[in-house]
Amino acid sequence: MSTTRTRLSPTVAIVGGGPAGLRTARELARAVPGRTLVLEREQEAGGVPRHCGHTGFGVRDLHRVLTGPVYARRMVRAAERAGAEIRTGAMVTGWSPDGGLEVTAPDGLFEVRADAVVLATGARERPRTARLIPGDRPDGVFTTGHLQNLVHLHHRRPGRRAVIVGSELVSWSAVLTLREAGCRTVLMTTERPRGEAYAMLPLAGRAGLRVPLRTRTRVTRIIGKGRVEAVQIEDVGSGRRWNVPCDTVVFTGDWIPDNELARSAGLALSPGTLGPAVDGALRTSRPGVFAAGNLLHPVDTADIAALDGAHVARTVLDHLAGRTRPGDGVPIVADAPLRWLSPATYRPGERGPARGRLLAWTDEYVPFPRVRVVQNGRTVAERRLPWPAAPGRVFRIPSGLLDAVRPGDGDVHVSLHC
Amino acid sequence: MTTAQTAPTADVAVIGAGVVGSAVARALSAHRLDVVLLDARADVGDGTSKANTAILHTGFDATPGTLEARLVAEGYHLLKDYADRTGIPYEPTGALLVAWDDEQLAALPGLKEKAGKNGYTEAGIVGPDEVYRQVPSLGPGALGGLSVPGESIICTWTTTLALATEAVRRGVRLLRSHRVESVTPGPDATVLHTDRGDVRARWVVNAAGLGGDVLDAMFGYDRFHLHPRRGELLVYDKQARPLVDRIVLPVPSKLGKGVLISPTIYGNVMLGPTAEDMTDRTDTSTTEDGYAFLLGHGRRIMPSLLQEEVTATYAGLRAAGDVSDYTVEVDAAQRYAVAGGIRSTGLTAGMAVAEHLLNLLGEAGLKLRERTDLPDPPRMPNIGEAFPRPYTDAGRVAADPAYGSVVCFCERVTRGEIRDALASTIPPRDMDGLRRRTRAMNGRCQGFYCGANVTGMLERALRTADEEGER
Ligand SMILES: Cc1cc2nc3c(=O)[nH]c(=O)nc-3n(C[C@H](O)[C@H](O)[C@H](O)COP(=O)(O)OP(=O)(O)OC[C@H]3O[C@@H](n4cnc5c(N)ncnc54)[C@H](O)[C@@H]3O)c2cc1C
Ligand SMILES: Cc1cc2nc3c(=O)[nH]c(=O)nc-3n(C[C@H](O)[C@H](O)[C@H](O)COP(=O)(O)OP(=O)(O)OC[C@H]3O[C@@H](n4cnc5c(N)ncnc54)[C@H](O)[C@@H]3O)c2cc1C
Repeated sequence: MSTTRTRLSPTVAIVGGGPAGLRTARELARAVPGRTLVLEREQEAGGVPRHCGHTGFGVRDLHRVLTGPVYARRMVRAAERAGAEIRTGAMVTGWSPDGGLEVTAPDGLFEVRADAVVLATGARERPRTARLIPGDRPDGVFTTGHLQNLVHLHHRRPGRRAVIVGSELVSWSAVLTLREAGCRTVLMTTERPRGEAYAMLPLAGRAGLRVPLRTRTRVTRIIGKGRVEAVQIEDVGSGRRWNVPCDTVVFTGDWIPDNELARSAGLALSPGTLGPAVDGALRTSRPGVFAAGNLLHPVDTADIAALDGAHVARTVLDHLAGRTRPGDGVPIVADAPLRWLSPATYRPGERGPARGRLLAWTDEYVPFPRVRVVQNGRTVAERRLPWPAAPGRVFRIPSGLLDAVRPGDGDVHVSLHC
Repeated sequence: MTTAQTAPTADVAVIGAGVVGSAVARALSAHRLDVVLLDARADVGDGTSKANTAILHTGFDATPGTLEARLVAEGYHLLKDYADRTGIPYEPTGALLVAWDDEQLAALPGLKEKAGKNGYTEAGIVGPDEVYRQVPSLGPGALGGLSVPGESIICTWTTTLALATEAVRRGVRLLRSHRVESVTPGPDATVLHTDRGDVRARWVVNAAGLGGDVLDAMFGYDRFHLHPRRGELLVYDKQARPLVDRIVLPVPSKLGKGVLISPTIYGNVMLGPTAEDMTDRTDTSTTEDGYAFLLGHGRRIMPSLLQEEVTATYAGLRAAGDVSDYTVEVDAAQRYAVAGGIRSTGLTAGMAVAEHLLNLLGEAGLKLRERTDLPDPPRMPNIGEAFPRPYTDAGRVAADPAYGSVVCFCERVTRGEIRDALASTIPPRDMDGLRRRTRAMNGRCQGFYCGANVTGMLERALRTADEEGER
């Protein structure tokens, strides 16, 4: 047994070759002296879009509409062309005692010591176990990510009759994937009073999908020995339960960031997202460590993750140029019905978040939301926004609403009202 | 597939390839005997032996004077030794019994005394300060405790697999997916009628776990009756591991050992089990009530644990019975032996049960002539966190890049390990079998990233095996 690691010393190390990491790499590779190294554990870089077989990628960052795989390839090529070095099959497994990244790859074990580290490890869906759904443990239970991997990268067929748990944007993504694989969605269930994403579904073929959606219902049991045979559904209003025969169950949405490295580094976490707490410029609590993408906002679209990458690149350049870190920021607290807000720290007078937007997640549907910002009992801003706040997708709040927040005057509370 | 029908009459057939049957088959195969090991399931260790709390017990709290007490204490040393020789991962974490009320506090001296009667003298009573020093994350209200430094955690999957692997390497014929449905005892041999044909053997050992009493009845006995006692468990994310570094037990009551919190050998934290008497011997489902019960206990014992994510949930079925001890007996006339009612301690006791049974068989007339040509014990792949895993071993990666290619990211399982498992002495036949050998897909994402890859590797291996089988 030996753990000797080969030392690599790039200027910047980026963990995760998804849209956020690749865009960061593209911006930095041409601007920093020395190497910009992307570490990606999959055999191919590109992140989640690699297995999203449908279109809808690249709108806000590349200003065109692409399928996921095409988008992923473009992001990889752009980073490479800018001079970034992308190592695939290279998994960051932890931190060395003196703060370097420990990496396992087929060509050996590495320790990567960089002047700046950007975490862009993305987010995933909570599987059935984390949601504590009881019953048997048969095959045929997936998350959307698992399903898309199976269908789009491995060309496999899941089953014939699927029940989809959740009705977020990604749930419709699952419907499309299943349809392509010849599997019928027999039921989509959500505990909420309405289908979260349905109203703003950007998919042209929505009407043609004809998915039976039952709101105010939940899965209470999975039935089947070798393979799923049925799920038990409960009407949360009446408590009535019944079985729905199916051979496939897809747990969609309910996101959690891949925060293992953030946690093991001891970075301050945002309690709402469980990702690292960052300020508007995407600094974490540890100097020299930055974060971008879905790790911070589980989960927004790929173009937003990529624009985070462009945003964090500027902060990294400031850091490399030795520009000092600003002083303490003001914590931003999400009040119900908001579950989280990103960034979670506001530094008055400093560069605000990417695109001048705070990202938020709401647990309730509010058609004409009024956003209220309160500090120390004082309402510092209040504004009605012309777009609805809907569960299952990110709600965007102009960061200008924080302009009147004062340093040293306590936490800022942000809430939603009708 | 070996065709059992055309095979010669075996000297001994062992029914049940759980930890007990595998240990028995291994012990028999140290002698000049032709041994068959059968199991109804598609894999070894796929019954109770795969779903327990995986604690290597000192036997400190057994009922003194019982066969169980003796075999648990012996088994503890035998298995520890065997683990050292084969690489079964175990960790001597120690345990702490926590008293939460006066009655429990008052029970501690009696428990210490009982431990002494069981030959275990290292248990010590500690005050509340020491309890919180040992486990700072405990919820408020602990009044004192009993520390049992010898209790350990072990990998239950690798244990059964190692025993069965060694048995097979010593020449035991393993017949998986062979359910014994009836038996015909005869003057020279007993015919076991399985759903895949007949198997003939001169001697038969019943190590069928929960099915033990049913088989026993086929040999004309009515000496013990089993029912399943279900235990549900929650396994928390590895990120919870800093919360607890030893086994935290409640003071046992009449209702059993109660809900414990324990680190797992894989670096998780486990909460459970429940204890629910059942009738259906196949119902290993988890339930809403079970979860609610466990969460209720967890909230009191260690509230911070409940903030963490659950990565796995499962249920095991102990073989509870109406006889308050193990039943290990031999019927010389029928050349039939039973190791039955191996209740909630069989993982620890398995190897000792096997030795004991072998002695009884020898006394009953089975000729035991030791072999001198035994192969070395197998070196099992390490899937525990206490020892270095391949992905951190520079030497192994340099020698074989497949060990540097991580396939299952959450559990850091490499292509090399999956390849090795698929080509091992007892290859897995399904995804669960591969999970038990490598931990692939057992992590927090449950296949979000690696599921498609891993199932692809398994299916290719199964297809190849099929094609070779047909040739
Ligand atoms: C099922 C699904 C469907 C979606 N559909 C759409 C859609 O239609 N349109 C849209 O715009 N967005 C969609 N999204 C969202 C979009 O995919 C994400 O916003 C985007 O991929 C986020 O980019 P990211 O770079 O933050 O993370 P990711 O794309 O998740 O990339 C993170 C990368 O980091 C790597 N990584 C993680 N940890 C390590 C480590 N320790 N070492 C090395 N590498 C590591 C991962 O392998 C991964 O490649 C979907 C997401 C999902 C899950
Ligand atoms: C929740 C729980 C927690 C536990 N915790 C611990 C612990 O911490 N430490 C400890 O030492 N022990 C523990 N145990 C107990 C331990 O798991 C068991 O005692 C042990 O696994 C029993 O092994 P076995 O070989 O007798 O049974 P099994 O593993 O059930 O093996 C019996 C085998 O026989 C096969 N079989 C049955 N009928 C037939 C038939 N007719 N034909 C062919 N094959 C048949 C079955 O398929 C099965 O594979 C626990 C048990 C449970 C349920």
